[in-house]
Amino acid sequence: MAEQNLKIIGFLCNWCSYAGADMAGMARMKQPADLRVVRMPCTGRVNPLLVLKAFQEGADGVLVSGCHPGDCHYTDGNYYARRRLELLARMLPALGIEPERFHYTWVSASEGARWTQVVEEFTEQVQSVSSGREAE
Amino acid sequence: MRIGVFVCQCGTNIAATVNTGEVAEAAMAMRNVAHAESIQYSCSEPGQKAIINAVHRHGLTRVVMAACSPRMHETTFRRTVNQAGMNPFMLEMVNIREHCSWIHSDMEEATLKAIDLVRKGVARVRDQAPLHPDTVPVTMGALVIGGGVAGIQAALDMADAGIPVTLVERESTIGGNMARLDKTFPTLDCSSCILTPRMVEAKQHENIRLMVNSEVEQVRGYIGNFEVDVRRKATCVNEEKCTGCMICEQKCPGKAPDEFNVDVGESKAISVPFPQAVPLVAKLRKEHCRLFIKGKCSVCQKVCPADAIDYEQEDEVLTEKFGAIIVATGYDTFDWKAAYPEYGGGHYPDVITSLQYERMLSASGPTGGHVKRPSDGEEPKNIVFISCVGSRDPSIGRPLCCSVGCMYTAKQAILTKEHIPDSRSYVFYMDIRASGKGYDEFTRRAQEEFGAVYLRGRVGKIYPRGGRLVVMGVDTLAGEQVEVEADLVVLATGLSGAGGADELARKLNISYDRYGFLSEGHPKLRPVETNTGGIYLAGACQAPRDIPDSVAQASAAAAKAAGLLSRGELETSPMVAEVDWMRCTGCFKCRDVCPYGAIEEEGLRDGRTVARVIPSLCQGCGVCNVACPPSVISLKGFTDNQLIAEVVELLR
Repeated sequence: MAEQNLKIIGFLCNWCSYAGADMAGMARMKQPADLRVVRMPCTGRVNPLLVLKAFQEGADGVLVSGCHPGDCHYTDGNYYARRRLELLARMLPALGIEPERFHYTWVSASEGARWTQVVEEFTEQVQSVSSGREAE
Repeated sequence: MRIGVFVCQCGTNIAATVNTGEVAEAAMAMRNVAHAESIQYSCSEPGQKAIINAVHRHGLTRVVMAACSPRMHETTFRRTVNQAGMNPFMLEMVNIREHCSWIHSDMEEATLKAIDLVRKGVARVRDQAPLHPDTVPVTMGALVIGGGVAGIQAALDMADAGIPVTLVERESTIGGNMARLDKTFPTLDCSSCILTPRMVEAKQHENIRLMVNSEVEQVRGYIGNFEVDVRRKATCVNEEKCTGCMICEQKCPGKAPDEFNVDVGESKAISVPFPQAVPLVAKLRKEHCRLFIKGKCSVCQKVCPADAIDYEQEDEVLTEKFGAIIVATGYDTFDWKAAYPEYGGGHYPDVITSLQYERMLSASGPTGGHVKRPSDGEEPKNIVFISCVGSRDPSIGRPLCCSVGCMYTAKQAILTKEHIPDSRSYVFYMDIRASGKGYDEFTRRAQEEFGAVYLRGRVGKIYPRGGRLVVMGVDTLAGEQVEVEADLVVLATGLSGAGGADELARKLNISYDRYGFLSEGHPKLRPVETNTGGIYLAGACQAPRDIPDSVAQASAAAAKAAGLLSRGELETSPMVAEVDWMRCTGCFKCRDVCPYGAIEEEGLRDGRTVARVIPSLCQGCGVCNVACPPSVISLKGFTDNQLIAEVVELLR
């Protein structure tokens, strides 16, 4: 499959998912290189407008990942994130953005393998929606 | 503005997959970058010196470090730039190791990604303002949760250092699981003889306040200044008056399960868990008490010579401030019954757990140290030990090693021979894991000196035949099926975090794994810290571990806590939210979402009421930033401008 280079932005909370991504690195788990990580203190800091800004600037996909519900370093920042991002996800089609281009999930500091899997799957998902669009 | 970019090679860790020279060259072309270079080991002494020199030589005002994860070395490089005379927060770390070189193999791709990440870092540091940490005083005092051997050790170590300690235990006595053990491996020290003096010492220490029958209810605050609610549960016994004479226990007509003796034997509705309990006081369990069930009894009140029984006693909640918290909640043994129907699932009375067997071996236990079959009270002659019940068994979702089973099984085989000289012990094992000091020698003694028969293999089935149990297993070394007729089967059950540890972890805001073990800050370099500042771990609450390791970790945790408390005051992170009061509309949406109550109202002279952030309470999560309709509350170090700049640069 001829793959184009994608621009995917990942907003990761510092305490769980960023550490989980570090863990994947420490274990040398190889993953696609299309994702660029922006470190956030908490997914509760992720403004849905920032996600839209990324799409506006030409991102092929945006991934948000934080602590599992109940495990937020700041008690309940990820609950706010979940509500905000779920709403955003449902709005995307109305804005003409394929919902497959956006994903939010939870990866803990010990889930290096899961992080790698999330990146692989999301990259593939964005890849397929992007190539589908080119075919049109 | 003059930005310096330093691209670390980390030996070959980064340089093998990222062309660091090319990254530095690309960085030179970025706006405001006055200097860029590649350094072999930037965290080393010469590396840091090179950075400091470059800052001076090129008059740098901001620094971007493209190196490892900021979780690894951000503090190191903040110190470095500070030494060079800069504000430590004028540094941005770009992670090109964990997030780049280590996870990619294509050099071209990895180098391009590294350049992107550096461009993002440069954009971000452009908008960075110098920040100045605040200081807050530290409350002198520590809370230890859990009064097992680890909790006792941590409490004593801190108390000896002059720190006031509150030791909270949910049972009515301290001592934990170690108090249940008969002897300890590999020296066969009597567990009570080494533990009970320490329990007494903890009770008598002038700097330790012991709170039994108590649990942590709520935790507020942060490192250096935690505010904790502890609930002392009503036991219907006045702790001050009770002398532990146990007359109430003798006279009580209400039978109750014996928790301390793991149901070997029976207890009473009012009882002292064991004769060496500390504090030596009785506890009434309402759910088994005739007075509370049937409304008629109060025998204990009539017989108590100390007038210590108080049926009206109510729970008390005590609120206190602590600078540090040590969690030492220990472990529970795995409840094997549902997971192992092939071992009878709990239907055969003569299949017992190792902890139950331990109580039978103990001279102070319910059988007075005589090993008896639960079914008929006879002395068993053939005893089969089965290792790894609920350990190293992926088929039931428990691949973890309990780390103590091999050792205590060898110990119990030895003790069995001492108790019943004409007995024979069989041990079904997977591997013998005996890596501690004197451990391997000990397991060999069990076999060579005490004649325990070790059979390498798992047991497939246990079934009763003529009053005995047939244990069917496989001896993988001989390559054959084996059948052993047993009078008693002892299961070496695995370990999990103590029941309720997960709930406590959520209150403390620390993480835990699927077995209920609490997570350390870093598996190698921060083994007793958690990811929440000021909260430390000791003993088996973190992972299965034996007594010497628990004690060592408890002392380590105590040293960490003492180190924190000895500082007197703490720097707080300056990365807190800030309100632009000129533009604040006073809607207080920020206050509604703040998890820390860090937003207060401030009246201005022009009559407006606006939001103000209390910096010492703000933890810097940034939830308020998103909630603010006019976007006038802003988290320092993570401002909208910085984040947007990062996104824009990444997508150029």
